[in-house]
Amino acid sequence: MYQYDQTDHTLTRERVTEYRDQVSRRLDGNISEDDFRPLRLKNGLYMQLHAYMLRVGIPYGMMSSDQLRMLAYIGRKYDKGYGHFTTRQNLQYNWPTLEDTPDILENLASVEMNAIQTSGNVNRNVTSDPLAGVAPDELEDPRPYAEIIRQFLTLHPEFSWLPRKFKVAITGAEDDRAAINVHDIGLKLLKNEAGETGFRVLVGGGLGRSPFIGKVIREFLPKDDLIRYIQAILRVYNMEGRRDNMFKARIKILVHELGIEKFASLVEEEFQASEEDVLFLGQAEEDRIKAFFAAPDYADLSDDSPEVIEMSSGNEAFAQWLERNVLAHKQAGYSIVNLSLKPLGGVPGDITSDQMDAVAGLADTFSFGQIRATHRQNLVLADVAKKDLPSLWQELVDLNLATPNLDRISDIICCPGMDYCSLATARSIPIAKRLSERFADLDTLLNIGELRLNISGCINACGHHHVGHIGILGVEKNGEEFYQITLGGSSSEDADIGQIIGPAFSSEDIIDAVEKLVGIYISNREDDERFLDTYRRLGKAVFKEALYDAA
Amino acid sequence: MTLLKNGEIVEDTWRNLADDEDISGEESIIVSLDRWQNEPDKFNGRNGALGIRLESHQKPDAIADDVERFDLIALDFPVLPDGRAFSHGRLLRERYGFKGELRAVGKVIQDQLYFMQRCGFDAVELSEGEDVAKSIAALNAFTVAYQPAADDIIPAYKTRHDA
Repeated sequence: MYQYDQTDHTLTRERVTEYRDQVSRRLDGNISEDDFRPLRLKNGLYMQLHAYMLRVGIPYGMMSSDQLRMLAYIGRKYDKGYGHFTTRQNLQYNWPTLEDTPDILENLASVEMNAIQTSGNVNRNVTSDPLAGVAPDELEDPRPYAEIIRQFLTLHPEFSWLPRKFKVAITGAEDDRAAINVHDIGLKLLKNEAGETGFRVLVGGGLGRSPFIGKVIREFLPKDDLIRYIQAILRVYNMEGRRDNMFKARIKILVHELGIEKFASLVEEEFQASEEDVLFLGQAEEDRIKAFFAAPDYADLSDDSPEVIEMSSGNEAFAQWLERNVLAHKQAGYSIVNLSLKPLGGVPGDITSDQMDAVAGLADTFSFGQIRATHRQNLVLADVAKKDLPSLWQELVDLNLATPNLDRISDIICCPGMDYCSLATARSIPIAKRLSERFADLDTLLNIGELRLNISGCINACGHHHVGHIGILGVEKNGEEFYQITLGGSSSEDADIGQIIGPAFSSEDIIDAVEKLVGIYISNREDDERFLDTYRRLGKAVFKEALYDAA
Repeated sequence: MTLLKNGEIVEDTWRNLADDEDISGEESIIVSLDRWQNEPDKFNGRNGALGIRLESHQKPDAIADDVERFDLIALDFPVLPDGRAFSHGRLLRERYGFKGELRAVGKVIQDQLYFMQRCGFDAVELSEGEDVAKSIAALNAFTVAYQPAADDIIPAYKTRHDA
C-alpha cells in the first residue's frame, strides 16, 4: 500500500499544527462557532446529538496492521473502546472531546493517517473496490489512480470551499463494488480499441434527498487527462453550483438542472482551455505510486488445499462461512476473506479496540499485514493462503467476526441514526439489530441468498436506502417513528434507485413487513434468481399487493 | 480593517466608489462591474489608478478582455462558505494574465489566506477582529503542496523527481 514520503509527512503535520491552533482559538473564544464549524468539519469533526464525532480517513479503505492498532489505541484512549466503520471506508469515533482532537490527529499522523476532508464541503475520501488488486474480474488495479486523485484533491486551494461535499469513487473491475453510479464522479477503468488505459467518467450520481444515477460524461478519457478533467469538472461545479440552497447544492442538481449535454459542454470548454500537460503527473510519479501497489510476495501454492477439504467435510459452520464469506482470488492458492462486522444483534460497522488489535495480528499472520474496509461496513483480509483458512476461521469465530452473512439479508448497511446523529428523524440501529435477529435462522432455512438491505434514519440517506434491494427509510410522524420501504435499488453495475412500495410501517410492524417481502420472493423466485431479480421481473405491483393486502 | 499585501501591513490608498459617485479626480478608485460595463468609455484618459470589484456571482470572463485596464481587481467573498472567488482568482491570473493587485475582500479570515495566496491573491482585507500577526504567519501555514496553482510552489509530483 501507499507509504508517505517526506512531503506527505510534512503536509500532514502542518495540517495538525494549523488545526491545533484553530481549536485553541475556539476554546479561547477567539473564533466564533459559525466560523469554526467549517474548519473543524474539514478536519473530520462533527457535532452530533450527544458529543463530537471524529471521522478518520482511510484512503480507498486500505490500512496497515500498524494503522489499525493505532485506531484501536485511539478508541481506547479517547473514546469508549470502539470505533465505527462507515460507508466511505472510513472509521469514526463517537465520543472524543474537542480538546483531545488535536492529539488524536497527531497520533494518526505518526502512522501516516489523518482526518483531512472527511467532512465538510470539500472532496471526501476517494473510495474504491475493496477487492482492488486481488479480484479475478479486474482489468487494472484502481488504487494507484485513487491515490493520485487523493493527493490532487488534498488541501486543493481552489476547491476547499465547494458548494457542497464531493465524492469520487473508482473501480477497475467488471463487478462494481465501489458504487460508482451513485457518486459525484464515478470512474471505471477500461481500455480503448488501441489498448490504451483510460476511464469511463460518470458525473452527477448521488443519494440523499434527491437520488440520481450518474450520467456518462466521457465514454473514454485517456488516463493522462484524468487530473486535468477532474479539475475541469470541479471548476465548473465550484463556479456554477448553487449556493443559495444547501439542499440543491450538490453537483447532481447542477447536472440535472443544466442537463448532461450542457454540463458536459461547459466541462469540455474548461478542459480545452486549461493548459495542456500542466496537470499531467508524469510517468515517473505514476510509476512511483504504482510500485506501492505491486502484488505481495505470494507463495507458489495450489488451489487444492487438503486442510480446507478436511475441515469442510466435518464442519458445517466452517463450510457455510467458506461458501459465503470467502471469495475467489486471482492468485492460485489464495482467497479473499471477508470479516463480518454484522454479528447477530450487533451494530453494523461497529468494532471494539480489542477486535481491531486482534484483526491487526491476524493480518500480520495471514495476510501480509494489510486490512481493507468495505463500503458495506465490513473488513477484508485480501491475501489469505487457502491452507490457512481453517485456522483463520477459528480465530474469527472467537472474535465474533465470522458471521456467515456477506451480502445476505443481515449484512445491513446502516447509518448511526437517532442514537447518535443530530440530523436523524428516526432510529436505525435498533431496526438493524432486530432484523438480524429475525433472520438469523430464517436466512439459512429459506436460503434467501444475496439480498442487500440498507437502512437510513433520515432523508439524507447515509444508510444508502435508495440503493438497497430492500431499502428502509426512517421518518417521523407526530412524534412517532415510521419506516418507509423502497424496493429494487442497487448500487452495483445494475444500479437503480429503489421505488417506494407504499405507506410506511410502524417500528413494531417493520420487521414483519420485511419478512413478508422475503416470503413473496421465496414463493415467486425462479431458479437461482436473487430477490432483486424477482422484484424486477415481477414489478412493484405484485409485491405491493401481496405486502399490503394480507396485512 | 487591516490590509495585507505580499504578507505585509500596508496602508490602503484605494477608495471604493459608489455607482453614483463622480469618477473625475486622480484618486485610486474601485468601481463595480455594472459601472464599468455601463460606461467603459468614460474611463478613457482618466488620471489615477482604476480598480474593479466583482461580486462572487460575477465571473471574471466578463472582464477577460479588459484586464490590462485595471491596476487592481477586488474579488468579494460574501460569506465564509462561498468559495467561487478562489476559481475566479486563478482564472484571472493564469488564463487572463492579470498582473496587477488581486485583492480578497469581504469575509476574509486567517484560515483562508494560504489558499487565497495560492489562487493568485497578493492582497487581502482582513475581516474585523482577525489577529494580524497570526494572519501573516498563516500565509506560510504549509510548505508543501500536492497540486500546481497560481503561485510558484512546485507541486510534490515534480519535486519528488527533480534530480
